[in-house]
Amino acid sequence: MPDATGLELLAGELSDAEPESVLGTLHFRGQATILADPRHIRAILQRLREQGYQHLMSVHGVDYFPEEPRLGVVYELLDRVRRDRLRVKLRLHTSAPHVASVTPDWPTANHQEREVYDMFGVEFDGHPDLRRILMPEDYEGHPQRRDFPIGGEPVLFTKDAPIGSDYTP
Amino acid sequence: MSQLDAPRTQSAYRQQEESIELSHLPGPEGDAPDQELLTLNMGPHHPATHGVLRLLVTLEGEVVRDLKPIIGYVHTGIEKTAEDKPYWKVIPVVERMDYLAYFTNAMAFCGATETLLDIEVPKRAQYLRVIHMELNRIVSHLVWLGTSALDVGAMSMLWYSFREKETILDLFEYSTGQRMHTRYFQVGGVIEDIPAGWTDKVLEFCKIMPGRVDQYGALLNKNEILLQRLRNVCALDEQTLVELGVTGPLLRAAGNPWDLRKAMPYSSYEDFDFQVPIGVNGDNYDRFAVRMQEMKESVKIIEQAVAMLPEGPTMVDDRKIALPPRHELATSMEALIHHFKLVTEGFRVPPGEVYFPVEGPRGEYGCFVRSDGSSKPARVHMRDPSFVNLQATAAMVKDSYIADLIATLAMMDPVLGGIDR
Repeated sequence: MPDATGLELLAGELSDAEPESVLGTLHFRGQATILADPRHIRAILQRLREQGYQHLMSVHGVDYFPEEPRLGVVYELLDRVRRDRLRVKLRLHTSAPHVASVTPDWPTANHQEREVYDMFGVEFDGHPDLRRILMPEDYEGHPQRRDFPIGGEPVLFTKDAPIGSDYTP
Repeated sequence: MSQLDAPRTQSAYRQQEESIELSHLPGPEGDAPDQELLTLNMGPHHPATHGVLRLLVTLEGEVVRDLKPIIGYVHTGIEKTAEDKPYWKVIPVVERMDYLAYFTNAMAFCGATETLLDIEVPKRAQYLRVIHMELNRIVSHLVWLGTSALDVGAMSMLWYSFREKETILDLFEYSTGQRMHTRYFQVGGVIEDIPAGWTDKVLEFCKIMPGRVDQYGALLNKNEILLQRLRNVCALDEQTLVELGVTGPLLRAAGNPWDLRKAMPYSSYEDFDFQVPIGVNGDNYDRFAVRMQEMKESVKIIEQAVAMLPEGPTMVDDRKIALPPRHELATSMEALIHHFKLVTEGFRVPPGEVYFPVEGPRGEYGCFVRSDGSSKPARVHMRDPSFVNLQATAAMVKDSYIADLIATLAMMDPVLGGIDR
């Protein structure tokens, strides 16, 4: 992890190269986070890749309910030469949860962005195949959102249904 | 290996067979068209998928032209469930994600929570964790070895590898009380010290295991059928694997020595002397060989950890996190209060976000935990290596035979519980 000073330097370099792309930094428990502007995410990740963070290890979503902007997308970067990790995070409003897909640059993000879309409803523009991945294709809602209730799933009890009926509710 | 590389004389039958020029055989109505594509649905209930994995395969004749994995059949919402439980109750559900790497999953989650709490786990607990994680790695590789040998036609291998797997599960039962999904790792250490005599049994096992790995090797490495199905089959270069985010033995088989235990040690892995086996070609045989060697290296780590096992506590002494000792409950009011609060509400964790990666049997297991300051995590995400590695299937099997798809899937070792979570 870059130390607190290194993180500030890195964030400074990024905002010089891409104006208004860095919204803030956070150094917590020895782990460095850059809070990025969603509009510049591809450019930021490309810049960081040139800095040595060549591996995107994980993409995952977070729901900050009830804070706004509610949805978060987290990118975990790894530099295998300096053995260094960096987290890039962006926040999106639920009213327009759109962000550019990084799959064209990082093929590993393909399934992971699909999972974030499935679970949180974040739409990745430019993703080659943005479909649900874990939930059924006709599923409604995004179950990992914090306001989605646990146990809210309707269950169809078929025990007493007459034999031969097609169990439609 | 040299006798295998020597040119072999072909039998008369094989010579006759190979002399037939199939391309000149006319089809039923003139020359058979060779451009017709067939979409085949494999799974979700196919034994060779190691779980409920569905593959949509586009075939041209016997050759795979495209492949789309369809997953989610065992999605149980573990990450959602975890948000509704106190931290200590999350451990058992997290263990059930990748059900062959339960100690690794628990380590990733406990490590993340410990980072949030900013606590240092006692050395003895760290060593006990290492011993259990490495035994777990051997279990996982043994299950992989048995089932994937079955997939490529070697049936007896399963019984031999499960014999050793049972031995390890007995060791787990002895030390933790459970054979699988043990909930042995706790936030702040391990739940209990190991029983007397356990280390002797572990060392006994460590003594026989390298020989057993050699036996498996003798059984498989000289098997002509197995070698033909693995050697130079479905190789993928290091660069593509890296771009697809593949980690673990699959990446090491292509020659990239990335292993988090060496590169970014956690839980005292820097204390142990072990090697990281890597492959050369990145084909199925290398994937097989790397895992075989990893089992031996794990044995080396376990032997060292047992030999150097320090004395001391197995749990942090922070009473706001660790349960009080059982005998204090009858005599100490404060112990009783803390026990009650820890069991009912659980401990509270300072707000923040951390990502804690560990090296499991299949690659990088990274647990992302967000705390909002309450006693329940606000978000738990497991970066499961099977889920990410699965994306490489299409790249590996493209333009090879459908039979090689089965062998490749076996050598990839996906665990569907981890993929679907």
